[in-house]
Amino acid sequence: MSGPHYPGFDTLSLHAGAAPDPSTGARATPIYLTSSYVFKDSDQAASLFNMERAGHVYSRISNPTNAVLEERIAALEGGVAGIAVASGQAAMHLGLSTIAGAGSHIVASRALYGGSQNLLAYTMKRFGIETTFVDPRDMNAWRNAIRPNTKALFAETLGNPGLDVLNIPTVANIAHENYLPLMVDSTFTTPYLLRPFDLGADLVFHSATKFLCGHGTAIGGLLVDGGTFDWQQAYEKTGRFAELCEPYDGFHGMVFTEESTVAAFSLRARREGLRDFGACMSPHNAFAILQGIETLGLRMDRHVANTRKVVDFLAAHPAVASVSYPELPSHPDYELAKTLLPKGCGAVFSFNLKGDRAAGQRFVESLNIFSHLANVGDAKSLVIHPASTTHFRVPAEQLSASGITEGTMRLSIGLENVDDLIEDLTRGLKVAQKGA
Amino acid sequence: MLFQVNQHEAYCYTGGKALNPALPTVVFIHGAQNDHSVWALQSRYFAHHGYNVLAVDLPGHGRSKGDALTCIEDMADWLIALLDTAQIPEATLVGHSMGSLIALETCARAKDRVKRLCLLGTAYPMRVSDTLLNAARDEEQTAIDMVNIWSHTSMAHKPSFPGPGFSVLGGSQRLMQRMSKINPAQLFYTDFFACNAYANGEAAAQTVQCPTLFLIGKKDMMTPPKATGTLSKIISHGKTVLLDNCGHSLMSEQSEAVLNTLFQFVKV
Repeated sequence: MSGPHYPGFDTLSLHAGAAPDPSTGARATPIYLTSSYVFKDSDQAASLFNMERAGHVYSRISNPTNAVLEERIAALEGGVAGIAVASGQAAMHLGLSTIAGAGSHIVASRALYGGSQNLLAYTMKRFGIETTFVDPRDMNAWRNAIRPNTKALFAETLGNPGLDVLNIPTVANIAHENYLPLMVDSTFTTPYLLRPFDLGADLVFHSATKFLCGHGTAIGGLLVDGGTFDWQQAYEKTGRFAELCEPYDGFHGMVFTEESTVAAFSLRARREGLRDFGACMSPHNAFAILQGIETLGLRMDRHVANTRKVVDFLAAHPAVASVSYPELPSHPDYELAKTLLPKGCGAVFSFNLKGDRAAGQRFVESLNIFSHLANVGDAKSLVIHPASTTHFRVPAEQLSASGITEGTMRLSIGLENVDDLIEDLTRGLKVAQKGA
Repeated sequence: MLFQVNQHEAYCYTGGKALNPALPTVVFIHGAQNDHSVWALQSRYFAHHGYNVLAVDLPGHGRSKGDALTCIEDMADWLIALLDTAQIPEATLVGHSMGSLIALETCARAKDRVKRLCLLGTAYPMRVSDTLLNAARDEEQTAIDMVNIWSHTSMAHKPSFPGPGFSVLGGSQRLMQRMSKINPAQLFYTDFFACNAYANGEAAAQTVQCPTLFLIGKKDMMTPPKATGTLSKIISHGKTVLLDNCGHSLMSEQSEAVLNTLFQFVKV
């Protein structure tokens, strides 16, 4: 190999942000369960508070274990900073609330996780932040929804529930033509399958609970700043983002874009958002997520390989009406997925079982290996039947408006031997059809 | 803070404090393809500890307008003009890499106005390899990658810069990319050409009488410690400090050691 090169993905997964502990030599990242940190003297205390020195003051704002995780995800995504928070929802809220407030507007994909949909449609609206939802595949809809008070465009890299592949380069161009950032939820793809900053996105967040942690053991969220968006230029052109470009009385009159040319967003998110909203991550959870990330590349390869086999199996099964996975030619984003997601389209997908709601219930209840629960991205395979859980009160005719049928199943394919998964699904499909 | 220098807007970060004519002044000068923000921690600390701070954006860099200057001598003249405009009669100059050459040349041209000289990641001659120079001219992203990789020694910087949770490598890469975006006129090549062509280092060093600090990363691959020898021998009264676990990006890789060393040196 010739010439200088950056460390590869797996190397970063193991080492980025982590050095042997300076006081003990511990090679694994220690869990720093401490709320606060002793100052060397009054001057150091004051300079830490005033961002004249780098260091830890109080674990709501930063913590050594969390910092390793934050610096690692920043390295894996190719960003300038990460912020570890209590959940994916907290990451989304922190990302938007750093630049949006009462009177602001967001343009969002309508293909979103239900929690994100709720946050935008109802909760943030209550605080004066309005959202216009658009079809993520309709570029004119994105463009036409932008208003003078719009602060960001937002979508998932793989949308819910149909795995709409976000055309990041095109949507990013629309955002940037209007001096707006594009924020994406990259939970389903992880930086192993897709690096949104390389394609034009500016802010990324993850529910780290899912594939990053990978073992269903910890709730956490990660917000990553790409350092790509020029907030100062946008401010000068449009007057937006005074939050970052004018003196902030809430932090010593600091102008964040003067402090950091490329990381102003992260400075404010940490110094205001973590400080005031307080949705910090427990160092215990940061440790669990770090353990997961160490093997992220290995696991994602296996997740995708297993998923491809399960998808092929289901697509050919007579009890299955349809399978939605972007690697199938029948998926509307088949061609786009080949370009943006050559390593795979993740391990979460939906299929429609033939039959009614009861058939779906029989299917779920007959599975032995798949766990029936409300999560995705675990090492163990998971299943949920929306019509009998998240949407159980919704009449059949209304389900279809959400892209769901009474037989829709969402699977999250784990790391088990795939033959065992297929055997489990075979049994379930047989039981489901027995009552038909 | 904005000034008008040579008919162009010139931006200086003042560390969050207004200039006070009664206070001593420290001027921070960044290196190639950088801006004032590489000094974020050090400059802010000085500004809150009894000093005026001017962390400059050189012409064509960051928020300062105008074309990038093509030789170190012109950059030094620009800096003197900035001090005139800001009505700063005397200052300590702190320069990194290309900025260290500007500080040195400024000292030679206006030695009565330089109280102390701090040269970080410096070398003379500051040769830039043909490979890097050509990359800067023809493939700027490749040059950015080369410099970013060669300037850092680790994948884990503690306590990181400008604070925990930030990626030093990522921040450095994005800053250089931002400079390219702001000024697409081969900024990196212009800066490197100026470093490479600077031929007045020995003569300038021979005029330096003020207290001088050489602050060098032990693992610096861009300006290795031995490359400081020419200047440190001529400025024999200078003090040399070598930093452990540190490459060329001293201010971010060892932000605490850099700040502590600078502050101790400047405040005496």
